[in-house]
Amino acid sequence: MKMIKNSFNMSLMSRSSNESFARATVAAFATQLDPTIEEISDIKTAVSEAVTNCIVHAYDNTLGKIYISAEILDNNTIKIKIRDKGKGIENVEKAMEPLFTTVGGERAGLGFAVMMSFMDSVKVRSALGKGTSIIMTKKISRRYSVNG
Amino acid sequence: MSAEINVTGEVVTAYLSGELDHHTAKQMRETIDSAVELNMPSLLVLDFSRVSFMDSSGIGLVMGRYRNLQKTGAALHISGTSPNIYKVMKLAGIERLAKLERGNEND
Ligand SMILES: Nc1ncnc2c1ncn2[C@@H]1O[C@H](COP(=O)(O)OP(=O)(O)OP(=O)(O)O)[C@@H](O)[C@H]1O
Ligand SMILES: [Mg+2]
Repeated sequence: MKMIKNSFNMSLMSRSSNESFARATVAAFATQLDPTIEEISDIKTAVSEAVTNCIVHAYDNTLGKIYISAEILDNNTIKIKIRDKGKGIENVEKAMEPLFTTVGGERAGLGFAVMMSFMDSVKVRSALGKGTSIIMTKKISRRYSVNG
Repeated sequence: MSAEINVTGEVVTAYLSGELDHHTAKQMRETIDSAVELNMPSLLVLDFSRVSFMDSSGIGLVMGRYRNLQKTGAALHISGTSPNIYKVMKLAGIERLAKLERGNEND
């Protein structure tokens, strides 16, 4: 059983201007694990993907609420949960395939591929008409400083 | 987020800056597309030196511009990518569509 050392949670409206706010907030929370610039950037990018999906897909650019929470676990791992109460995903396995998109045009269909490549684990739970939740974890490398 | 356009002969260069996500991509796309329509370049350069963040919305932007350029047979170059942006570009296989160059990390 992993112990939770710290946590936060927040909700925000699905406005696209909140995309940068959401990823910056989670990144700021993650700094207590002393991540590298690359690790912080990975977390920011993965959060941006999940939050953008809530705005573009779950709520189809209408207004709804996005719930974000994160936990610091005792093995130097951050666990991030991003949840919406939007339309849900019909076939999660298919949605997670690289280049799969139901929107096309200016969307590449790479959001899930980015999340899976930049985080250690990505779990998706979804119910049609009810919403989707994404749980991602990333273990932050332990760097040794002069102070040990 | 902004896109500054420079036209030299048949080359249109778009200097992108700021954070490139779903929120900012639309405006950048419009600036690039109107410069391409107006100048009909044989080469479009997207310079990422001043882009501090990019997610898959940036990939959508690059792929969309690539598709548009296909109509006239113009080439696409991506330059100035930071390590993080380069990583996202590589994940998407952008080097198969465009010449992909890393930026100077000390810029
Ligand atoms: N929160 C969500 N609610 C409903 N559908 C979703 C959600 N997240 C993803 N999807 C569905 O899964 C598909 C794949 O998502 P993914 O993020 O990989 O690609 P995309 O968003 O279409 O394109 P990109 O992320 O590259 O801009 C989406 O096209 C959409 O149909
Ligand atoms: Mg997406």
